[in-house]
Amino acid sequence: MKRIFSVTVENESGVLSRVANLFSARGYNIESLNVAPINEANLSRMTIVTEGDEAILEQIGKQLNKLIDTIKVTEYGDVPYVEREMALIKMHTDLGTRAEVLRIVDIFRGKIVDVSQDSYTIEMTGDSNKIDAILNLLEPLGIKELARTGKVAMIRENKK
Amino acid sequence: MKLTGSQIFIESLKKEDVEYIFGIPGGAIIDLHDELYKQNDIQFILTRHEQAAVHMADGYARVTGKPGIALLTSGPGATNGITGIATAYMDSIPIIVFTGQVPTPLIGNDAFQEADIVGMTRSCTKYNFLVKDVKDLAYTIKKAFYIATTGRPGPVLIDFPKDIQVAKTDFSYPETIHLRGYNPTYHGNLKQIKKVAKAIASAKKPLLYVGGGTILSGAHKEVQKLAKKLKIPVFTTLMGIGAYPEDDDLSLGMAGMHGTYRANMAIQYCDLLISIGARFDDRITGKVSEFAPNAKVAHIDIDPTSISKNIHVDYPLVGDAKLVLKEMLSVLDEYNKIDWGEVRKPWLKQIDKWKNEHKLAYNTDEEKILPQYVIEKLYEITKDDDAVITTEVGQHQMWVAQFYTFKKPNRFLTSGGLGTMGYGFPAGIGAQFAHKNKPVYVFAGDGSFQMNEQELATLVAYDKPVKVIILNNGFLGMVRQWQDLFYGKRYAATNIEVQPSFVKLAESYGIKAKRITKKSEVEDALFEMKNYKGPYILDAVIVREENVYPMVPAGAPISNMLLT
Repeated sequence: MKRIFSVTVENESGVLSRVANLFSARGYNIESLNVAPINEANLSRMTIVTEGDEAILEQIGKQLNKLIDTIKVTEYGDVPYVEREMALIKMHTDLGTRAEVLRIVDIFRGKIVDVSQDSYTIEMTGDSNKIDAILNLLEPLGIKELARTGKVAMIRENKK
Repeated sequence: MKLTGSQIFIESLKKEDVEYIFGIPGGAIIDLHDELYKQNDIQFILTRHEQAAVHMADGYARVTGKPGIALLTSGPGATNGITGIATAYMDSIPIIVFTGQVPTPLIGNDAFQEADIVGMTRSCTKYNFLVKDVKDLAYTIKKAFYIATTGRPGPVLIDFPKDIQVAKTDFSYPETIHLRGYNPTYHGNLKQIKKVAKAIASAKKPLLYVGGGTILSGAHKEVQKLAKKLKIPVFTTLMGIGAYPEDDDLSLGMAGMHGTYRANMAIQYCDLLISIGARFDDRITGKVSEFAPNAKVAHIDIDPTSISKNIHVDYPLVGDAKLVLKEMLSVLDEYNKIDWGEVRKPWLKQIDKWKNEHKLAYNTDEEKILPQYVIEKLYEITKDDDAVITTEVGQHQMWVAQFYTFKKPNRFLTSGGLGTMGYGFPAGIGAQFAHKNKPVYVFAGDGSFQMNEQELATLVAYDKPVKVIILNNGFLGMVRQWQDLFYGKRYAATNIEVQPSFVKLAESYGIKAKRITKKSEVEDALFEMKNYKGPYILDAVIVREENVYPMVPAGAPISNMLLT
């Protein structure tokens, strides 16, 4: 079972290592991890995608809460949430493929952010499935380099 | 007036009522030592190895409930301390370890005697700090004491660079502290307390499972009230020993791999297991899937991560054991009309039956010395002395747990979680600093004792009357026992017959010592040791291949006991 944990932490040195250590010391796996400061001073948000059975996920949640630098842990499972991931994709292109790459990027509403004679660099944002889908299509055309951010997520506001 | 980092260190520790600091100096803490030298409020206890210094701080903490303090130098001083820190971490003991560090501009340069001790100890401390600015020092020390002693206690390390020790700033020690990410739950949820109380009141065969958290929380009186009031039998873990008087009718002693027959049987047949400050360690549960198969489980613990970690818990209850039990006892007043003596009769009758089957025993006809006999005799002659007993790790540790009758908390000191050989002797010395004018006895195996025997010098230097009983079988006995039972008696690397004369060793430090080899000598020797004013080493040569029974093979169900 996959689970996304969003963890608000003190923005101090060593925090990332404490979180990473929590996973490695218990043999849990981090599938992706994203860290960046948030709008409150001295706080960061970590978005961690992990996998495990219900008991393991419960332990992970509790262990994250137990860390002294952790302010808040949110689990994305049952509640509706928005998740996004960004990828930068550098494509090998030649006259034969440039048009096709452009077409695909257009269909997926991606952006070309850098161009050279034999390459395009594409910025693609969406949920992970969408990123996987465009990568599937681009793969046969020659991906030169790929960087993915890992997920970030937020709970949807109640709309009633 | 501005103070240096070293002065702030001392002033802060004074504010925390620190009496002793255990450790060894070095280049990276020479400024701290210079300040320690100039004052008389805090005594520095010079040990002979940093591991021992941390164990001493740990022993001091276990007896007093106050945090123990160690001060180690950078690099090897700090790394030597890691085993001591990990020992305290596994047993949730509040200690604060200060380590010297190379000056901040040199950190990360592989400077002389530099080690990334914060990185190394991240997984065996409750929290750790590197002080990067002298302005943060006082607040960091305050935080360290707060974190170490609150919630589920544990060791905290402060890495203290040399340049910060001489940098100056204004000093004021914070009175209060708030950490927004750290708010331990002390009071249990009342609804949940009522639920557990109801479950306890309606259980036919309840059983109390008392762990070290009970002692840390000071909840022993409440546990006793609960047991007595509702006539619930009690077993403890190794760490819980002393939380319930072992001479009481409801006491089943210790459960687990080397637990009593009665305790292990009670676990398998109870219908409600009430765990208080225990964590369902594999040495207690045996095969998890067959542990307490007929029981609902209630678990009171201040650490939510301990609950449902190893075993499914039906009634989780997060909170401080003492506070939760107090509230639970008042909730249970609702059931005062019930005649618990009558209700509990069939269960207690069954318990009684188990009590009389397969009692802890040994061959009383043996003319050589059996370790169990020595321990029982020591109990007999010290039972009114409020003695602290520490152990090393291995067979003798289990024998002490089985054969010494503990009646008070904070009197049995042992490395339960990490199982650190070399713990008991220094922990005993640390305990003696706290247990002033009262006796401290260390039970050691010959293997364990040799892991920190250099502390004989510390014993002499501070003239501490610690008594050490070496149960000497010339083996790494617990491993040999496994080899005996499960590895076809192939005693691979467990024969340690080559050993010093412990008597001559002790005497070379000027410590009184004696070697005995016959059962008939035991009683006199123990009396002589007890009545001797200073430190004393008793080398008791025991039957070499005596085994600890009962024994549950690792991974087997807890009722699957080898009895002889």
